[in-house]
Amino acid sequence: YASGTLQPGVGIEPVTFLNPKAAALIAVKDDVAVIRINNPDSKVNTLSIPMQREMAEVMNEVWANGAVKSVVLISSKPGCFIAGADINMIQACRSAEEVTALSQEGQKMFEKIEKSPIPIVAAINGSCLGGGLEFALACQYRVATKSRKTVLGTPEVMLGLLPGAGGTQRLPKMVGLPSAFDVMLTGRNIRADKAKKMGLVHQLVDPLGPGLKDSDVRTVEYLEEVAVGFAKGIVNKSIPLTKRKGIMQKLQDYAMGIPFVRQQIYKTVTKRVMNQTKGLYPAPLKIIECVKAGLEKGSEAGYLEESQNFGKLAMTPESKALVGLYQGQVACKKNRFGTPEREVKNLAILGAGLMGAGIAQVTVDKGVNVILKDTATEGLSRGQDQVYKGFNAKVKKKSITSFERDTTMSCLTGQLDYSGFERVDMVIEAVFEDLSIKHKVLKEVEAVTPPHCIFATNTSGLPIKDIAAASKRPENVIGMHYFSPVDKMQLLEIITTDKTSKDTTASAVALGLKQGKIIIVVKDGPGFYTTRCLSPMLAELLRLLQEGVEPKKLDLLTTSFGLPVGAVILADEVGIDVAAHVGKTMTKAFGSRLDGGNIEVVTTMVEKGFTGRKAGKGFYIYEKGSKSRNINPAAEEILKKFKLSAPPSVSSDSDVQYRLVSRFVNEALLCLQEGILSNPMEGDIGAVFGLGFPPFLGGPFRFVDAFGADKLVQKMKKYEEVYGNQFTACQLLQDHAKDSSKKFYK
Amino acid sequence: QVTNYVMVSAKKFARENLFSLLLVQTKSKKTLAKPGVKNIVLVEGVRTPFLLSGTIYNDFMAHDLARAALLGLLNKTSLPKDAVDYIVYGTVIQEVKTSNVAREAALGAGISEKIPAHTVTMACISANQAITTAVGLIAAGQCDVVVAGGVETMSDMPIRHSRKMRKTMLTLNKAKTLSQRLTLLSKIRLGYLTPELPALTEFSTNETMGHSADRLTAAFGVSRREQDEFAFRSHSLAKKAQDAGLLSDVLSVNVPGKGIVSKDNGIRPSSMEQLEKLKPVFIKPHGTITPASSSFLTDGASAVLLMSEEKALAMGYKPKAYLRDFVFVSQDPKDQLLLGPSYATPEVLEKSGITLDDIDVFEFHEGQILANLKAMDSDWFAQTCMGRKSKVGVLPIEKLNLWGGSLSLGHPFGATGARLVTAAVNRLKKEGGQYALVAACAAGGQVVFDL
Repeated sequence: YASGTLQPGVGIEPVTFLNPKAAALIAVKDDVAVIRINNPDSKVNTLSIPMQREMAEVMNEVWANGAVKSVVLISSKPGCFIAGADINMIQACRSAEEVTALSQEGQKMFEKIEKSPIPIVAAINGSCLGGGLEFALACQYRVATKSRKTVLGTPEVMLGLLPGAGGTQRLPKMVGLPSAFDVMLTGRNIRADKAKKMGLVHQLVDPLGPGLKDSDVRTVEYLEEVAVGFAKGIVNKSIPLTKRKGIMQKLQDYAMGIPFVRQQIYKTVTKRVMNQTKGLYPAPLKIIECVKAGLEKGSEAGYLEESQNFGKLAMTPESKALVGLYQGQVACKKNRFGTPEREVKNLAILGAGLMGAGIAQVTVDKGVNVILKDTATEGLSRGQDQVYKGFNAKVKKKSITSFERDTTMSCLTGQLDYSGFERVDMVIEAVFEDLSIKHKVLKEVEAVTPPHCIFATNTSGLPIKDIAAASKRPENVIGMHYFSPVDKMQLLEIITTDKTSKDTTASAVALGLKQGKIIIVVKDGPGFYTTRCLSPMLAELLRLLQEGVEPKKLDLLTTSFGLPVGAVILADEVGIDVAAHVGKTMTKAFGSRLDGGNIEVVTTMVEKGFTGRKAGKGFYIYEKGSKSRNINPAAEEILKKFKLSAPPSVSSDSDVQYRLVSRFVNEALLCLQEGILSNPMEGDIGAVFGLGFPPFLGGPFRFVDAFGADKLVQKMKKYEEVYGNQFTACQLLQDHAKDSSKKFYK
Repeated sequence: QVTNYVMVSAKKFARENLFSLLLVQTKSKKTLAKPGVKNIVLVEGVRTPFLLSGTIYNDFMAHDLARAALLGLLNKTSLPKDAVDYIVYGTVIQEVKTSNVAREAALGAGISEKIPAHTVTMACISANQAITTAVGLIAAGQCDVVVAGGVETMSDMPIRHSRKMRKTMLTLNKAKTLSQRLTLLSKIRLGYLTPELPALTEFSTNETMGHSADRLTAAFGVSRREQDEFAFRSHSLAKKAQDAGLLSDVLSVNVPGKGIVSKDNGIRPSSMEQLEKLKPVFIKPHGTITPASSSFLTDGASAVLLMSEEKALAMGYKPKAYLRDFVFVSQDPKDQLLLGPSYATPEVLEKSGITLDDIDVFEFHEGQILANLKAMDSDWFAQTCMGRKSKVGVLPIEKLNLWGGSLSLGHPFGATGARLVTAAVNRLKKEGGQYALVAACAAGGQVVFDL
């Protein structure tokens, strides 16, 4: 496809030689070849097989041309340099060897780039992630724009993989061992200014405002001009390739030269990884292995280790689950209900509690005017402070300026009355979970809002249709179930009733997406999806406590299964009163199937004021400033009073884990069977992002696929014999158990 | 290093506003007089020599400079001290001891204590704001004779204790017992002693003005060479004007112990070769703005005498120009910081019913003027950013700042506005033109003078 020969252009007018539909175009400015990457089939550049092939051809052409003295590598995509390797390319592989071969090809190509006889300057604007960053790292010089869209990082670890194209080898050399581990093990995005400090990029370029052209277009042009200047500077030696090192840097380099120090670092990092992952995630450990191999046994061994481990990891169920979650996440960030007729520009939130204020915080900085209404000044003031603190923390982290904080806060109005409600497009209520109160506010709101106004209720358990029963406009009523803390939890569960209009749903989803949420849309019913899955698990938890399993042991068993926090701590966090309330509602709706422990236990605890974390006492005692948690002896007393004997046949550690998990998973499948969920993917996303289901298992549905429905049914049968219908596998699970070819994911 | 600092600050105070001024001589073209509106005239304008900060005015405070300009204006016009109705001054960095610097200068100049005076601030166009305030006072029938001007000294500026130290000191005032005082004193840490300089960054964007200006030149594709050439032009023209005695508004000021100053001292005509050698100061190493292409820190004061036409004629003055109209505009402080002239120029022209071609004299503040010239000549910019159908047009550079500008004469933030106005008036007379347009970035405004 490469046509024409390269000739140095005269002046700065770019001369384009190649097929304009190609993924990489070459232009020549004086003696600098500018390669513009532009994947013709996608909004972003990814390193796919054709892209790699094309890049190789282009590079060969550039190297073969004696007139070209340096190269600038830049992307034509707005807001994206190279977003990473193509996941489909890895998923298409059937064996570890195939993936290893892919990795080795990438390694080879980047080695060529690294050894290029002429300097290559990577000009980075927008996301430069994974393979994209590895590409840039192989270049001799890196210039990045300070745009907010410019992020660098190696997110592979979040997909259960590792940077497989030389990243584990180049990063430690470039930024030092501690930073390299930080970058690769967290997978976090690094902003340009931080990247410069770390030594990932050499120079920064300011984004430009509008001038004679659109600001994005001109910024990229300017980046290219500056990069061309640097490329020429490197050739004529006016720009040094290495930065003079400071004393700290020299000291660190010296320390890293001592094998003992390195060993200590590997040890510490491994320990920390084990602490955080309980050894359930293979990728971080493999990353450490690769780095170690490279530094201790030489780069050849390091690259080999990297490619082989990359291949192995790609075949692990953990990686497949994490990739599945990533794809689900992408899908749940789209609005499948279309564009709503009107955008929500004015939002009112009722109730300035943790939830209400949290919702205000994630909304008010998205260009939406927010009214935060409460019934008392104390509550209102607390809520406004919560929002302010949220933004002030961002100022301290320098992710926004104090001025941006102030202008954002100016879009938030705190009030005690309904003034201004005639302008609101949507009301989200986060008042106390009591049907009569919800009815009261619904009527009050409908009396003062315009006819198009949507009424969203943030309830965790009350059926939406019961709330909507009091409405004059039930088509405008919808459930928006946020998770606490709202600014941290990514999930939003949207609940529609039979009467909810499609436009109302579209509007709620659009707002949720604006708030940065991952959204699942489910049908109405007691507990919807998430609360319903959690409920039987908590009931079982209570029974286990009554059977005498220590809270600390239960927490250990659940975290070692992969839950981010122990189940007992989770109950304290949720609130024992909330758990009691939900438990009662759910048992009322589903009967004995949702039974477990004796509800009296929790009601007694609530009576004594042990409502959990917020009260300082639940199953544990929480003291300010103290990190260690002690068992609440009074709660222990209550448990003793309600003590049950533990049947030995179903009380091993593993049984304890599977009693909890199987009830969760069975309920999830039941939700799909009953049509509450519209697909398994949303069920997995909801369980992982809303309830902390272990991400490496990918969610309840993927868990059934991987674990085997038959095996799970067998276990449940054993429990069913002891406890009865609470462990009866649902029809869908039984179908999958009978026919092993039935899978939720192909 | 001093120069670097100068530029940072200079850009800082440009902010998002713009000012410009149009002067007219009644010859063949229309007078632009408005029915029912009083004719307001400029009788005379003066200024102290503009000097590099930290040089001869080193021991002056702002009100000393302002007083010198005020006295100079009264002397030059032989205006009796009791004939002034009101005094308005503009300034940017306020000396805390003389926050109403206009009043201190007036009292010091021996003007009756019965004459009110106030101080305004609007970044680089503070003096323009003072002038338009005066116009308002006369037009409203409140006053007949107003002195407006501006002053700035960067030789001294308020450097404060840190917020923590100030808090401790203020609490210390209230402490009653020795032990309370000692407890407070014991809390002072070394870090508390770090002084706080007047902010070098834009408050709302945290960006230094130099950075902003460099981004602006890049956004408009203004090359390093164009900027060097413009700086060279400014210094050469200023030198020529100074040598030819055209800068007749410059007063002679006696600085105690240092003799009489009667010339600006920042004019340094050099060669293009020398300018090319300078390194960028804000964005390194690839920026394009150098010490030469940004104005240096300057001390100075200026003043103009404004009257209603009847009053001026009754007192026997021959007015130099009429003030007809003005506009102020504001833009996004991040990306459009220094683009005021582009926005305000077409607005005032339309308001006055004349076109760019009618203007004989342009006096523009030299803050990123090249980017403004490109903006005015761009259809894309006019349509996308200004909401206009087509571009403003090409500004004839042969009519622009022929006696030097802020790059060469200097830029005492608060005083520049009145210098621009007086220079435009004097050029109109000298060149025999009819309309003059003055523009400055900071807070956009335009005034029409008609002589």
